[in-house]
Amino acid sequence: MEYASNIIEKYESRPRKWWLYTLIVLILAVLLSWSASSVTFKGLAVKGTEVAKGIFWGLIKPDANLLFSTATDGVPYLLMETVCIAILGTVVGGILALPVSFLASPKIMPKPIAFLFNALILLIRTLPSIVWALIWIRVTGPGAFCGVITQSICSIGMISKMYITAIADLDTSILESLDAAGCSAFQKIRYGIIPQLTPNIISTVIYRFDINIKDATTLGIVGAGGIGAALIQCINSRRWTMVGSFILAMIVLMLIIEFASTKIRAKLARGQ
Amino acid sequence: MKKTASTEARVPLFDRIFKPELITLSNGHTVSRPRSRTPLIAALVIAALALSVHVTGFDLTIVVRRANQLTKILGQIFRPNPDYFSSVLPPLFETIKMSIMGSIIGCLLALPYAVAASANINRSKPLLALLRFLLNIVRTLPTLVIASICALVFGLGTFAGTVAIVVFTFGVVTKMLYESIETVNMGAFEALESAGANKFQAFWSAVFPQVLPTYLSHCLYSFEMNVRAASILGYVGAGGLGILIDERIGWRDYNGLGTVLLTLFVAVLLIENLSQFLRSKLS
Repeated sequence: MEYASNIIEKYESRPRKWWLYTLIVLILAVLLSWSASSVTFKGLAVKGTEVAKGIFWGLIKPDANLLFSTATDGVPYLLMETVCIAILGTVVGGILALPVSFLASPKIMPKPIAFLFNALILLIRTLPSIVWALIWIRVTGPGAFCGVITQSICSIGMISKMYITAIADLDTSILESLDAAGCSAFQKIRYGIIPQLTPNIISTVIYRFDINIKDATTLGIVGAGGIGAALIQCINSRRWTMVGSFILAMIVLMLIIEFASTKIRAKLARGQ
Repeated sequence: MKKTASTEARVPLFDRIFKPELITLSNGHTVSRPRSRTPLIAALVIAALALSVHVTGFDLTIVVRRANQLTKILGQIFRPNPDYFSSVLPPLFETIKMSIMGSIIGCLLALPYAVAASANINRSKPLLALLRFLLNIVRTLPTLVIASICALVFGLGTFAGTVAIVVFTFGVVTKMLYESIETVNMGAFEALESAGANKFQAFWSAVFPQVLPTYLSHCLYSFEMNVRAASILGYVGAGGLGILIDERIGWRDYNGLGTVLLTLFVAVLLIENLSQFLRSKLS
């Protein structure tokens, strides 16, 4: 009996945060009603249901010819182009991010320089990649190369940010012991810094590759090559079986890449 | 447990082709050192790069040759047109409202789905596989594709954009949430179940309080991303700032584009800092 009354006493004195919950719900209600003022449902578009039906059937019965054709406008080639854009974009971005992240590390560089490069990283990160693609198209013209350049620049933002954390987490006591053992500056970098950074760098680059694949499919919409360009054309001309085969191919590709990237990164984290 | 034993006994394919190097030590023992995989990985990466350069027509000389074009555009972007600012504000608020509404609805929808899709709450394997499969399909669709389809179904405007953001948020938050539900301490849940509570009661009192801070933090994070994502949805006619961005670039009015981008930059920065402040309070 003693035990039960203890439990009841504890239960009665449990932390009650009802005022916090009420506050959260109130804030949400206010935000919702404020935002509802500009988001209004005006009913379905003319032929809206037809479009929805078309896409649904397109996904179930995709255009098989397109799915397995080997021509340059077939799904396999476009997927390969998308992957190629992501590979080059990630690699170039990963290489460009190295100097940027060292220059932006407040640990290594004087404050003003580090601040300047941090502002650059922030600028790259905040603007959506589509905007970068639209600007680069004026320079390189439409096509896969535009996608590569856009992804190289956009990747710098996130990759540098993760590199900087890796640099900040460097264990400097290793450098001191290498110093004490009489190592030269080159040996200190080779045996003290590079082994510590490599797994982090590779893991970051693979993670970014995963994001870039997703991004590469949308960049095509503004004309930067890859599968997105063909997809948006088919959507606009309402060829739903083709839309279905493009979307299915994209889903399969992304799931495979995501699975592989998660596996490799888990392996890297375990240090194998 | 059976599975790990069998995988440990199996020699990887690589080590079967390239036999490990045998080293005889001074005391007569032999040890084997597996061959390094670095040359193989390097060869694969170089082959992939070569193929990519060929397929994408990678040519840096184009960039060098047309660099003046880029500097001209960037020069104009960095001199924003202040008079244009007044016409940027209404679409900006439209974008923010779209992302608020989309985030809230998407996050609310994500909660029950994530509970049903976590392996430690839902013990039925086939149902779990089906739910995860559907989620993966939703999650891998690019936002812009969802938005362009929504624009065709619901007509041009903010409603299509909001639906696209709901779908996108739902995918992201559900994935993050079921991953955090799967890592909670299940002791309390089992104790309540054995004391006679049903699944919902046990979840509500034992698991929900554990995941609530993480859930709210995921929601704020997705809101941060949504503001950025919503700003480009207008490109496919789904309302918000994207319409202006598209229009300014189409007219080659890079000073005006500079104004739009600067406003977006400041707004995203403010929202990110606010959200990061709230998230640090939550943890």
